[in-house]
Amino acid sequence: MSALTKISNFFMTPAMKIAMIVAALLFPFVAGNEYQIYVMALAFVWAIAVYGMNIITGLCGQLNLAHGGFFAMGAYALAILTVDHGWAFWPAFIAAGAVGAILGFLVGVISLRLKEHYFAIFTLCVGFIIYLLLDKWEELTHGALGIINIPAPSGFGLVDFTETTPFYYLALAFMVLSIWLASRIAHSLLGRTFLAIRISDDLAASLGINLMRNKVLAFVLSTTYASVAGALYAGMVRFIGPAEAEVTHTFDMITYLLVGGIGTLMGPLLGTLVITWLTQSLQFLEEYRMIVFGPMLVVLVIFFPKGVVGSFLSWRGRRLAAAHDASQAKEKAASNTSSSKSSAASTQEAGNHA
Amino acid sequence: MELFFQQVLNGLTLGSIYGLVALGLTLVYGILHVPNFAHGALYMVGAYVSYITMVDFGVNYWVAMLLAAVAVALLAVLCERLVFNPLRHAPPIHDKIAAIGIMLFLEALVQMQWGAEFRRMPTPYTDILDIAGMTIPAQRVLIIAGAFSLMAVLHLFLKKTMTGSTIVAMAQNREGAFLVGIDANRVAMMTFAISGALAAVGATLFAPINLVYPAMGHLLIMKAFVIIILGGMGSIPGAIVGGLIIGFAEAFGGFYISTDYKDIIAFALLVVILSIKPTGLFSKGVH
Repeated sequence: MSALTKISNFFMTPAMKIAMIVAALLFPFVAGNEYQIYVMALAFVWAIAVYGMNIITGLCGQLNLAHGGFFAMGAYALAILTVDHGWAFWPAFIAAGAVGAILGFLVGVISLRLKEHYFAIFTLCVGFIIYLLLDKWEELTHGALGIINIPAPSGFGLVDFTETTPFYYLALAFMVLSIWLASRIAHSLLGRTFLAIRISDDLAASLGINLMRNKVLAFVLSTTYASVAGALYAGMVRFIGPAEAEVTHTFDMITYLLVGGIGTLMGPLLGTLVITWLTQSLQFLEEYRMIVFGPMLVVLVIFFPKGVVGSFLSWRGRRLAAAHDASQAKEKAASNTSSSKSSAASTQEAGNHA
Repeated sequence: MELFFQQVLNGLTLGSIYGLVALGLTLVYGILHVPNFAHGALYMVGAYVSYITMVDFGVNYWVAMLLAAVAVALLAVLCERLVFNPLRHAPPIHDKIAAIGIMLFLEALVQMQWGAEFRRMPTPYTDILDIAGMTIPAQRVLIIAGAFSLMAVLHLFLKKTMTGSTIVAMAQNREGAFLVGIDANRVAMMTFAISGALAAVGATLFAPINLVYPAMGHLLIMKAFVIIILGGMGSIPGAIVGGLIIGFAEAFGGFYISTDYKDIIAFALLVVILSIKPTGLFSKGVH
């Protein structure tokens, strides 16, 4: 077994997950300054939203362009409840998630009657309606002024989440929970159902899958993820405005998803971290980052549509297949350790060719 | 009553511009089945080309419009060759993401080059006409006349010329078109060129009564999408009728309901119509 195979096998083991979590736990101690911890925590919050997008777009194959709008809805729900109605943070946080789920259900029931391009365009319009409402409905949303003085998550007297480092661990906990839930969904019958829908509507329907119910479920899951992430974002940044609902945020999330690998488990996290730190190191480009990211998006979909994680999985799948041909005995050992992952990769292959 | 006719005029002006932009979008969709999210950015580039040639180089309004049409047509063909052509066998989600990439790039590029500030495009037609007791700015007459004559020319081109027929043939039946020897690449490039030129002309007509800025295409492209969904994607009469419906709905809604929410009217209309009839208003047999 070559060193390369050993390394790639290591990426698939539970030890890798533990190593990643340990690295994340130790990050505040090795980070040069508080700002880096802040950026990392913000990246985790975004990653939660991107995991939501991965469910509806990556697994289920429906390009939802209102995702940034639902993110902003979660942030606004939390801000309005805490600032204007005096709710405590955590009840408002749960309510924000519920708002995301209910609105997601209402939008999903209408929009998912449409297919492909119609769905993408419809959700683009929904995102814009959300933006206009946040901007114009001054009695509810404070209009273009935005909402200030949003309380940080309450630590019940034990921790102070206005500090950067405790908030970092809170964001990390929520993100690990999101990834765990996403992986449970992806590997369940439900996840397989979503995949079948992505590969072909008609095929899935002929298998007896209720298309509408499953698509709406995927949509509601994704909008709940988005609004929970939005609520966390509001608790972290503590100032929000209608700009949170701008469509550029949705496009940012698509970029994260594509870079990491659409439809993969670790792709959303990897993509978010890579692009966030790339943007940080290209500070001077902040305003014009789209000059780099726009063509990058195009190049990615043409040449690397599977992203980093997807390309890695299919590369590994090919290696394993080659090893399988070479030796029967080796094949047994290899497939025992990674049968689940390589089958996920091959299903994804099928999805991309469909 | 005069106010009422003012709104009719407003509706016609908006409707004819929306119609022009939606026409380009629907042509591309009919041929390639790509919802070109970058179309709004092409419109914006068209406005900037006319603005720069007019203000910085002192070119005549009509020459500037022609230059913008040619420049944006070339840009659209370039997009087709470099991006949409390599992606023609990819899953549909990829085209959409690539189109978004082009849009972001063009906007950022224009903003870097010319800044984000709002600019006012000059026009030689600043007179106010007085027709039967109604005051009508000349530019609005120009917009309506220009847009509708362009639509008529396009209609004649598609129906009466051989090259135009190849576009219609390809939209109707791809395999059939190949069978009779139609070159798909040529038709695709031509369609993108026409669509880009329409966007540039629309921008040059409309910008003098509006403003020029990098994000000017955003709202328009979304409305154009609403229009082609209403009119049935790929349908040319649908784009024109849909454009007028949205134009009038906005003019009257903005006047009688609320100017604050006038931009939402088009989208609310879309939500209502799609909730009742998910295939759009006029889509029968249109693919």
